[in-house]
Amino acid sequence: MDMKSLYLLVPLAPLAGALISGLFGKLIGRTGAHVVAIAGVLVAFVASVLIYQDVQAGNTFNGAIYTWMQAGSLTLSVGFQIDALTVLMMLVVTFVSLMVHIYTIGYMADDPGYQRFFSYISLFTFSMLMLVMANNFVQLFFGWEAVGLVSYLLIGFWFQRPTAIYANLKAFIANRVGDFGFVLGIGLIAAYAGSLDYQQVFAQAQALSTQTVPATGWPLLTAICVCLFVGAMAKSAQVPLHVWLPDSMEGPTPISALIHAATMVTAGIFMVARMSPLFELSPAALTFVLVIGATTALFMGFLGIVQNDIKRVVAYSTLSQLGYMTVALGVSAYSAAIFHLMTHAFFKALLFLAAGSVIVALHHDQDMRRMGGLRKYMPVTWITSLIGSLALIGTPFFSGFYSKDSIIEAVHASTLPGSGYALFCVLAGVFVTALYSFRMYFLVFHGEERFGQAHHAEDEDHGEHHGLEPGQKPHESPLVVTIPLVLLAIPSVVAGWFTLEPLLFGGWFGGAIESSAHLEETTPLAMALHGFLGAPFWLALAGVVVAWVLYMHRPALPARIRAKFAALYTLLDNKYYFDRFNDVVVAAGARLLGEGLWKQGDRNLIDGVAVTGSTRLATLAGRVLGLFQTGYLYQYAFTMIAGLVVLLTFWIFLA
Amino acid sequence: MTDIPFLSLAIWIPILGGVLTLATGPDVNARMARTVALLSALLGFVVTLPLYAGFDPNTAAMQFVEMRPWIDRFHVAYHLGIDGLSLWFVLLNAFITVLVVIAGWQVVKVRVAQYMAAFLIMSGLMNGIFAALDGVLFYVFFEASLIPLYLVIGVWGGPNRVYAAFKFFLFTLAGSLLMLLALIYLYNVSGSFEILVWHDVPLARHVQSMIFFAFLVAFGVKVPMWPVHTWLPDAHVEAPTGGSVVLAAIALKLGAYGFVRFSLPIVPDAVATYAPLVIALSLVAVVYIGFVALVQTDMKKLVAYSSIAHMGFVTLGFFLGNSLGVEGALVQMISHGFVSAAMFLCIGVLYDRMHSRQIADYGGVANTMPKFAAFFMLFAMANCGLPGTSGFVGEFTVILGAMKLNFWVAFLAATTLVLGAAYTLWMYKRVVFGAVANEKVASLTDIGGREFLFLALLAICVLAMGLYPFPFTETMHVSVDELLRHVAAGKLPPPL
Repeated sequence: MDMKSLYLLVPLAPLAGALISGLFGKLIGRTGAHVVAIAGVLVAFVASVLIYQDVQAGNTFNGAIYTWMQAGSLTLSVGFQIDALTVLMMLVVTFVSLMVHIYTIGYMADDPGYQRFFSYISLFTFSMLMLVMANNFVQLFFGWEAVGLVSYLLIGFWFQRPTAIYANLKAFIANRVGDFGFVLGIGLIAAYAGSLDYQQVFAQAQALSTQTVPATGWPLLTAICVCLFVGAMAKSAQVPLHVWLPDSMEGPTPISALIHAATMVTAGIFMVARMSPLFELSPAALTFVLVIGATTALFMGFLGIVQNDIKRVVAYSTLSQLGYMTVALGVSAYSAAIFHLMTHAFFKALLFLAAGSVIVALHHDQDMRRMGGLRKYMPVTWITSLIGSLALIGTPFFSGFYSKDSIIEAVHASTLPGSGYALFCVLAGVFVTALYSFRMYFLVFHGEERFGQAHHAEDEDHGEHHGLEPGQKPHESPLVVTIPLVLLAIPSVVAGWFTLEPLLFGGWFGGAIESSAHLEETTPLAMALHGFLGAPFWLALAGVVVAWVLYMHRPALPARIRAKFAALYTLLDNKYYFDRFNDVVVAAGARLLGEGLWKQGDRNLIDGVAVTGSTRLATLAGRVLGLFQTGYLYQYAFTMIAGLVVLLTFWIFLA
Repeated sequence: MTDIPFLSLAIWIPILGGVLTLATGPDVNARMARTVALLSALLGFVVTLPLYAGFDPNTAAMQFVEMRPWIDRFHVAYHLGIDGLSLWFVLLNAFITVLVVIAGWQVVKVRVAQYMAAFLIMSGLMNGIFAALDGVLFYVFFEASLIPLYLVIGVWGGPNRVYAAFKFFLFTLAGSLLMLLALIYLYNVSGSFEILVWHDVPLARHVQSMIFFAFLVAFGVKVPMWPVHTWLPDAHVEAPTGGSVVLAAIALKLGAYGFVRFSLPIVPDAVATYAPLVIALSLVAVVYIGFVALVQTDMKKLVAYSSIAHMGFVTLGFFLGNSLGVEGALVQMISHGFVSAAMFLCIGVLYDRMHSRQIADYGGVANTMPKFAAFFMLFAMANCGLPGTSGFVGEFTVILGAMKLNFWVAFLAATTLVLGAAYTLWMYKRVVFGAVANEKVASLTDIGGREFLFLALLAICVLAMGLYPFPFTETMHVSVDELLRHVAAGKLPPPL
């Protein structure tokens, strides 16, 4: 098989799986659906590995598959660019997707929408692969929107639940706000570079950087980069377009792992890295990226501390970690961002799937206040969760350590305006990450067993969720659930050790990423040993200790702290009031404006005054003219003579 | 091959088919009326296929030309022909007619023959509009096509149908009277009713301005452009499903087509002068109407307003003055033909079962009609302009064209990404998602074979055009370039 067919196979195999399990789900049954879907993703994964070997041998590809459209002077194609960056993303996407597919067999076993679910996640895999393999902006945007569509469908998977269909609409519209910026960015590129092909645009980057946007006076390249990044802010959930991601937890847990943690939300990070030749030339745009990322990294982390829903803690953790990746982009350390993207994909998918395992064991109770002591009952879930948490907080030798420390180092070395603020945020963030991660870990796996108090009274929070009945004990999940946990735990530990050198120092990315950041070369061993001396390690340790004190040693303390800092707690509990603002000001404002335009503009002004007014005028004119139609001959004669006199007089005077 | 008068066939087969259908008489023969109508519509569609197959995309000249004298005394001729600007609308029109006949199959129970005949005759007349190269011929078809639509709304419409039919008729008639004046004036200065002759007749600036505004009113009402759009929501709400489909898919295109066939080439200098005005009106349509659509409580009104916003992209694209804009606008017209037809058919499917168009009467339809929900989702996404569907192609291209002109024009146009998603998906959420809202929803039955057929046909069109729009733009290129070259050259004598 030639390489081009192999490239095509990667997205098309999951697409075939999606179509077959979606359109013929009833015919092939549950087993048929998951066999077909998993086979599709497995084929994509194996093909990605083969392509990886080919790329390692030095072969890259950039070419069109077919001409999508020709409009004006633009030729828009569907095509692939296969290089080190692409193939790394392909591996991450297909591997995590494969794990999630397998896990789903167990997690969704009782769901009536089983086939539909497999169809959606395979469709997602296809869309995400189209996104990362694109060699042009149109296909990138196709993948970008397609993953948004699948995310919408999956958040609203349980479409009877009011919270789910509120969350999915919110997610779609928030993402559309980002796409609004993204499309403008693409429009600027098309208008001034005359092409939407990556390589042709990059070749003109220098020329673009000297121009300004007419009618605004903005530097062109900065405008392009900021517009594109607005798209990334929505997709990768950066403040203030992050609001949809916590609510997306309404979807089934496997997709929280796959879409809302490991892959789709990293699309924005990937996109900026792909566009590094453009961003590199705009320090202003990079500063913007840096500040947004740093704010997200720290302030979204705070919110993780006050959440009680296990999935929401992981969700805010995802927001915060996406902030770290964005910070890395901001300081031009694109390779570090992609490095963290990869390690995060493993340990965050792991944490989500482990959370899902816990949720199933507790009969769909997600409240950590009713967990505790689970380590005895769920040993695999417990150990893998611990591994995931250690990786997340950046324990030396774990994968997350290498990627996060690289980012902190890069921020430290940066001289960009805003890098001081960013450094503070990422360091403080380390403490916060450790605190919320181990708060969750202790509340779930250690301490007293608080489950077994089924709570039908509080159902409104979680729809049909309910916990264990009194006396019932949780059980470890079946193998289809625990095997993916183990398979994800392995790279969560070792991925950093093995990929640090090639990714960051070995020139693995080659020409795929352009970067001005200076990363000090080191070895995995030296870096880890050095790590024990660095501030991040001690900050993380402090976070773990504080979590232990608050939730294990003195469990009464958190309530007292909450009471003492009531105002702060309220602010965090309300997530800085972003949601309230969007509901009250943005959504209600738009409806009010619509009502006003409709009732005042359309009905009163146009229909009322103009349309009805002109018919009234016509009626009135008819009545007035009707007055002359008396039927009396002498009146007509008189009018004629009078008219004649007037006209003659007029004519005489005029002459 | 070229000896067969395909354009005449495309016009007269549906009309004769309509007359035949009428001849089947009262409703006891309804089955025969339906069969005759379907066969005529299919035959009418089949004869348009050679138009695409035999179309030469490398020339801007008129193709499939037919020329016969008609009223010699005034040099009026039966002159037909199509180019890259009109080709697709003949096909689209014939295709939609087939769907409308299928969609009205069981639903229409009274005066079946007349109903079917009205649509067939309308279809033929509208093909005449797209194919006419003679001003008088165009005008005759343009006006005549109003009558069947007026009857469809007035006879098979809802409770307030008479008001709606009158409003529709008066609005569009008032507009076209100005056009008639302009056409007569053009005859006086050129001595011909040939549209192609008018393209080259020199006109002074003030004359161009007057003709421009006559056309603007005539075509603007049909599109409809803001602020002469208020007849459309009323007409849609009262029209039967088939009426809404043809109104949205084809009738709105007549005005837009008028802009490219008349305004742009005949009065290019006035177009250059007043383009900012049309662009501004189009942007108002996109933004203002987007907000208005958001608060509609009646599904048909919502989709009607959404149509106005989408047609705003068409007028915007035509007046941007670059080929991206014009091609994007033409693509948007075709796509809107598919998507709006599909949206109205989906609402029709619901209305046939529930006899309500109020969003509030629905909720949780996906529980009882999963197949329908899947189709409706696809079309809703196409209505939001999701890439991979036809709705994306035109909007995206027009936004690219707008960016070439001015950042802020593109900025305002791009708000449709947010607004379109908001009003479409909010409606979808309230109608389709959620728990079963009431007993009526609980007793709904999913779509049957006939409904599956027409929704699937449209789904194929929407996806095919979204995934591979190349054949569509390929046939437009040369004609659009020639048009823009002509517009750029202008008609005024060069300054001394």
